[in-house]
Amino acid sequence: MVFGRSSRRTPPVEPVTLKILVAGGFGVGKTTLVGAVSEIRPLRTEETLSEAGRPVDDTEGVEQKTTTTVAMDFGRITLREDLVLYLFGTPGQDRFWFLWDELAQGALGAVVLADTRRLEDCFGAIDYFERRAIPFAVAVNCFEGAGRFPAERVRAALDLDSEVPLLMCDARQRESAKEVLVAVVEHALARADRRREHATT
Amino acid sequence: MSDSAQYARRTHHFFDADAGPVVRPYAMTRGRTSSATRHRLDLIALVVPEDAADDPGRDQLLSPEHVEIVERCGDTPQSIAELAATLDLPVGVVRVLVGDLVEDALVHVTRPVPPAELPDVSILREVINGLRAL
Repeated sequence: MVFGRSSRRTPPVEPVTLKILVAGGFGVGKTTLVGAVSEIRPLRTEETLSEAGRPVDDTEGVEQKTTTTVAMDFGRITLREDLVLYLFGTPGQDRFWFLWDELAQGALGAVVLADTRRLEDCFGAIDYFERRAIPFAVAVNCFEGAGRFPAERVRAALDLDSEVPLLMCDARQRESAKEVLVAVVEHALARADRRREHATT
Repeated sequence: MSDSAQYARRTHHFFDADAGPVVRPYAMTRGRTSSATRHRLDLIALVVPEDAADDPGRDQLLSPEHVEIVERCGDTPQSIAELAATLDLPVGVVRVLVGDLVEDALVHVTRPVPPAELPDVSILREVINGLRAL
């Protein structure tokens, strides 16, 4: 097959690529959120949990979940011909923390998805982004059957800084997922603006 | 626990793609797990073919996976992560293969903005506008 590439088109545009991470506990809806806004079917490396994984992966409260993302899943949003945003779901289980550092490198921000039934699952992610000064927003995925709490109570339970955006979302809804992403980038922008002011004064 | 018995039965039958690759992934890299290129290729680094990749004779010196990478990036540059997804290869394997192509000057790779330089305020504004317009 030598004729495929011989008619050379104009050199392709080289877009700027950016990434946002989607973190949170096991089964909180990271892949769902990525899939809701991505223009490509998310790459999934999901494997059915084996018996061996059972003692490690606590599915209490999310018994319906039979598979878990063990590597990473990602989606792509082409914002403009020359600007592409990638969304990476971080591995849900603590034993895959080692993969985070590579993912976090150069990320413009992060979404921490929370489930009010298992709020403690996202403590690790919040701690991770706080320590590395990566701008993040917390999005409470409003599961059916999970208790609804006012944002202030969730904020207090998570001991969030007042500047960190906290919003309620439905990870299955495209509009809702978009809103979450906008909140992250706006937060990153506000922080960059503030840093700039500090630098000039 | 009939549920778990059923569960176990289901997971013990592997057919077709579920049974895993016929060729072990790193066989394609001839056992190499890192490439000769100096910098580590980021997951969102884009692979862009060079003009030299148009030379049809080149294909004969490359493995089918190399050729496929070049062809997939021809119309739209693809990221390392996307190549790994569409070729169904581990990211590590794709890094080695792309590294080979960079060494042969058949492709070049875009460098994502280094972490220290992020975030550029004007780019962030464009991202927000772009997301809202989706």
